[in-house]
Amino acid sequence: MTQGYNFAYLDEQTKRMIRRALLKAVAIPGHQVPFGSREMPLPYGWGTGGIQVTAAVLGADDVLKVIDQGADDTTNAVSIRRFFARTAGVRTTTRTAEATIIQTRHRIPERKLREDQILVYQVPLPEPLAKLEPSRAETKKMHALADYGAMHVKLYEDITRYGHVSISYDYPVMVNFRHLMSPSPIPAFDNPKLHMSPALQLFGAGREKRIYAVPPWTTVTSLDFEDHPFRATRAPHACGLCGATDSYLDEVVTDDRGGRLFCCSDTDYCAGRRA
Amino acid sequence: MAYVAVKGGERAIDAAHAWLAEARRGDPAVDEIGVDQIASQLGRAVDRVMAEGSVYDRDLAALAIKQAQGDLIEAAFLLRAYRATLPRFAATLPLDTGRMRPLRRISAVFKDLPGGQMLGPTTDYTHRLLDFALAEGGTPPPAPLATPDAADIPRVHDILGHEGLIEPDPVAGGEPADLTRQPLAFPAARDARLQALARGDEGFLLSLGYATQRGYGHTHPFVGEIRMGEVAVEIEPPELGFAIEIGDLVVTECQMVNQFAGSKTTPAQFTRGYGLAFGQGERRAMAMALVDRSLRAGELGEDATGPAQDVEFVLSHCDNIEATGFVEHLKLPHYVDFQSELEVLRRIRGEATP
Repeated sequence: MTQGYNFAYLDEQTKRMIRRALLKAVAIPGHQVPFGSREMPLPYGWGTGGIQVTAAVLGADDVLKVIDQGADDTTNAVSIRRFFARTAGVRTTTRTAEATIIQTRHRIPERKLREDQILVYQVPLPEPLAKLEPSRAETKKMHALADYGAMHVKLYEDITRYGHVSISYDYPVMVNFRHLMSPSPIPAFDNPKLHMSPALQLFGAGREKRIYAVPPWTTVTSLDFEDHPFRATRAPHACGLCGATDSYLDEVVTDDRGGRLFCCSDTDYCAGRRA
Repeated sequence: MAYVAVKGGERAIDAAHAWLAEARRGDPAVDEIGVDQIASQLGRAVDRVMAEGSVYDRDLAALAIKQAQGDLIEAAFLLRAYRATLPRFAATLPLDTGRMRPLRRISAVFKDLPGGQMLGPTTDYTHRLLDFALAEGGTPPPAPLATPDAADIPRVHDILGHEGLIEPDPVAGGEPADLTRQPLAFPAARDARLQALARGDEGFLLSLGYATQRGYGHTHPFVGEIRMGEVAVEIEPPELGFAIEIGDLVVTECQMVNQFAGSKTTPAQFTRGYGLAFGQGERRAMAMALVDRSLRAGELGEDATGPAQDVEFVLSHCDNIEATGFVEHLKLPHYVDFQSELEVLRRIRGEATP
């Protein structure tokens, strides 16, 4: 373990500040809580929000899993896992079932989570309305008034132009029938897993200095219309490695003649099926 | 198979770091640069890193510059990350720059004034000719010395203030905002705005200030005064009840005198823009003063037409640590999101009837 730093890097005062923000976030599901985000020794955009949330909830007995794009072996996941192994000395794992805390970027694990697990999301842009209204002073008012008409209009315009909603990731969700929320850039395929999850889901946006949460067993619905219901899509293939037909697939280019390998993005899920 | 390319991240990271260390050292036949050399001979780089890194420590800033191979934004980031781990003991009293012993002090609004014009170690009147003799090195002849005035040198805006021609200093009300503890919220008060600008990217501030001069939010600025020198830092511990000095900083302060505001009932007065930078940061302090003044458009009842007058736009994007992180994070893997885009695009294309 690295000497000279507190357990899990952050000092206890900072952790306490983050935990207070987390409690507020859990109390108002989907509501963005401002917090005094610190500069971390990893750059903004690399998961500083998720790292701060993980640091604040991590205990010595926890078992940590870190994934990026669903995989444990991508460079940024390796780097963050090492960071906590160094600064907290906690046990790490690549197995979803063994982990008590899972920090993720862009995916929700395929395996169903349990009540004794926490999923920590890294969030680049916590404001779901940002692409429609750049001013955070304005979007704050829109949330206060539950004024989400602009987002429905955006979906409607997509349908009239393309025949479909064109949002494929970071697909906006309604939490507990009240707050519009960015699920972070997970593929829309993962959205149904947010709903009634037994696990606590925490979202950290370091650069934007916001924390929000979906408590266990909370209603989370993807925005849609009665005549255009939300559809989760994946590549219409079976995994080329494990044969799964229910998992989200990466498309790996194998040659320059159009060759493709479709395989599970969730490396632990894929490995478990092949074991 | 190509799939193995994404494996072995751990080994790849170690190897990349080893290569980085080797590249940082450069040609081993050339002497290694010392942190003391950076601190004393690359002072303007150190000043900028201290300002944007938001820590006044020349040696740490010099170390950060060495570690970052001279990439000043990366160096400021190293310093910021270090800063985040430091405890905060107290808020200081406001710096009294009127008591500064200036190394440089100029005014563009009065030809002469109490305390005089003092150029100091400036590049302003150098001819920008590459000095090939400098490549050889050597010790320059000693600069002539003058005896400084013993008395404090009054600030230009205090001189104007005697006649009520310029708005007074705002009254300090309690502990100032600290955006490292409380994130920015909009509308942001001037103390939070000044803090954000003081840490902001010099290039961004410079371009915004320049834009105000070219008509995107004109404020008719004059340099009332620029002063640079050492100033005492004081705290007032509650158990003592009086101020004690805990150290000195070298700062550059710029007071802009801007177009006046007033009405039939309030006599017109010049308004002010304020800039302060760690070290010798004249360009930064001037740009900051221009932007500070233009951000006061709302408060002074001016039309906000230029980007430099938009508080939320300026403050949300002036931090280069945040900016570089978010821009550069685009190089991290995004293949899950890209895959979902591919699927949606293929579906839409498949259903389109030409």
